[in-house]
Amino acid sequence: MARTFVGMPPFPVAARSALSDTRLRRNLAHATGTIREKRARVVAEVEDWEDLRRQAAAVKDATLARLDEHLLTLEAALTARGATVHWARDAADACAVVADVARAHGVDEVVKVKSMATQEIGLNEALAAQGIAAWETDLAELIVQLGDDLPSHILVPAIHRGRAEVREIFRTRMAAAGRPAPDDLTDDPAALAGAARLHLREKFLRARMAVSGANFAVAETGTLVVVESEGNGRMCLTLPEVLVSVVGIEKVVPTFGDLDLFLRLLPRSSTGERMNPYTSTWTGVTPGDGPQEVHVVLLDNGRTRALADEVARPVLRCIRCSACLNVCPVYERVGGHAYGSVYPGPIGAILNPMLTGVGSDPATDALPYASTLCGACGDVCPVAIDIPGLLVHERVRVVDAHRADPRPKPEALAMRAAAWVLGDSRRMALGERASGLAGRLRTRRAAPGGRGVLGWLPFPGSRWTGARDLPTPPVESFRAWWRRTGRDEGQGRR
Amino acid sequence: MSARDDVLAAVRAALGEDRPDLPAVDRSYRDRDPLPAGADLVDLFVERVEDYRAEVTRCAAADLEATVAAALAGAERVVVPDGLDLAVRGAVPDADLTPTGLDAVDAVVTRASLGVAETGTLVLTHGPGEGRRAITLVPDVHVCVLPASGVVRGVTDAVAALDPVRPQTWVSGPSATSDIELDRVEGVHGPRTLHVVLVSDA
Ligand code: SF4
Repeated sequence: MARTFVGMPPFPVAARSALSDTRLRRNLAHATGTIREKRARVVAEVEDWEDLRRQAAAVKDATLARLDEHLLTLEAALTARGATVHWARDAADACAVVADVARAHGVDEVVKVKSMATQEIGLNEALAAQGIAAWETDLAELIVQLGDDLPSHILVPAIHRGRAEVREIFRTRMAAAGRPAPDDLTDDPAALAGAARLHLREKFLRARMAVSGANFAVAETGTLVVVESEGNGRMCLTLPEVLVSVVGIEKVVPTFGDLDLFLRLLPRSSTGERMNPYTSTWTGVTPGDGPQEVHVVLLDNGRTRALADEVARPVLRCIRCSACLNVCPVYERVGGHAYGSVYPGPIGAILNPMLTGVGSDPATDALPYASTLCGACGDVCPVAIDIPGLLVHERVRVVDAHRADPRPKPEALAMRAAAWVLGDSRRMALGERASGLAGRLRTRRAAPGGRGVLGWLPFPGSRWTGARDLPTPPVESFRAWWRRTGRDEGQGRR
Repeated sequence: MSARDDVLAAVRAALGEDRPDLPAVDRSYRDRDPLPAGADLVDLFVERVEDYRAEVTRCAAADLEATVAAALAGAERVVVPDGLDLAVRGAVPDADLTPTGLDAVDAVVTRASLGVAETGTLVLTHGPGEGRRAITLVPDVHVCVLPASGVVRGVTDAVAALDPVRPQTWVSGPSATSDIELDRVEGVHGPRTLHVVLVSDA
């Protein structure tokens, strides 16, 4: 199961305490603001951006609709090129495969490329329980790991930390994990990156086994792709003798040619660059170059649950770019920890309930409410996932799961928190958007059976729908229309 | 049942028997020019490589060795891959150097398979003249030679030209991170200096 972090309070409670942390809010506002601007600039360069998004969505949808066939093609191609393919129903299966490979080689440490899939399955903890140290090598992951902290962003997991905090973590914690930080370490980002370079280099040079994820897996050829910036990925993919890649089954694309869409969409959406510094592709084992033993673990862990829900299925298009986090007014104010899961922000609010199911864990059930439905996430998503629509779909599922349950509904708690988060100036947009979505739901049969959708409009709508029928509202609100027709993307959206 | 059987069964159950054909992907994006109207292919490539704070030197074929030597200024031990058709001072042929051995050289000189103007990217496919992946990763300076005729317009052209079975490294500027306060810093684990030598075709 993709779990919510053990012991984390549900979103409304966690959000309240995050909001009172002014340093966190400052770090987040600065970081998300910077990356939003960069993204808007490079996306504006691509004249047919909207068409690329649509075609990328079409590639993903077509692949998902025949996923079994593509997985078998991928397995055959990988095997033909010397890789060993493993399948994993869940986190326990996947962690066991990695641990078995490590044990077979007698290693007590592995180096890791940043990977959402391995975080999702709790691989580091599972390996630690077997006496195997898993060293994170992405700078932000290193900051998180050394600080005994949790990631708070998909792309920049230490986004909640300022430079002074990073310096403190390096000074006090690096020595216990290997090469200590230099005595004269300042809080200059270049100096901090330099300290990480030296600290990790000794690990890269001696590592015998690496663990990675993959951004894409090409079925036809068995080619895996890792997109990164720092070169830690290349170190892990190239220097050790043994490589294990944990790959969600939704990462498949049919052909190498399909990458021409995703390699254009992902970097611009993610880091806001025309291209990320390094992209590595490898196809099984290449004699004389890189790891000579290559394993690939194909991971389900709830993905087939999302696949089975035809309305929710597009969530599996997600390429983990994190653009939806950076534009989200809720994420910007509360940060990633409040979501209590490895997938924070708008994508987390839909992905977690889909991977784990709803109705049993209050923290998971609260997530679809951690949104104002302002629609910014759907606008930037490079694979055109209708995130606001799916948030509403998940709310319906949560409400349905609690029909017979007299306890207070999570939406009541969450909407109260949302109202408080956003303050007065936001109420207008909130109300408009919520009612606009209700209009879309009517026509797109998103709610199972189409039943009761307008019967539980969130507060303040609930006051109205408690006693009256709501006329079908327009699909697009005035504010959305104004944004679409009158203003440049990325402008004035905070 | 094995995990393989279970996962495949779950996928099949999720998709059901009835699988309507979805609309085909419209590939007309491949016919559109990704570059701004009127842009010079090679000039734009140079500009976009420099945007990543990589260095670019353009030279005539006759001046190539001198240009590479200048780019290597100060490097005493320079690893070179098999099949590199250039004389390099201080050359250390890559005879299966260990990672630690690679860490002890100052620089590396290779060729690249192609360049992408749209994104300012070099693509290495690690054949003769380019070397295995590790040699362009561990040393701190990478001097990379590309003929101007090797520059293609866009990512789409590059993907179409490449052999997926060969390992590839797409390089867009030196190693970088924005992990601390989203401030871009060049140089984490890969070469901190990337120097592209672009050889004119004349
Ligand atoms: S949902 Fe879309 S915008 Fe969000 S991380 Fe996934 S691909 Fe990116």
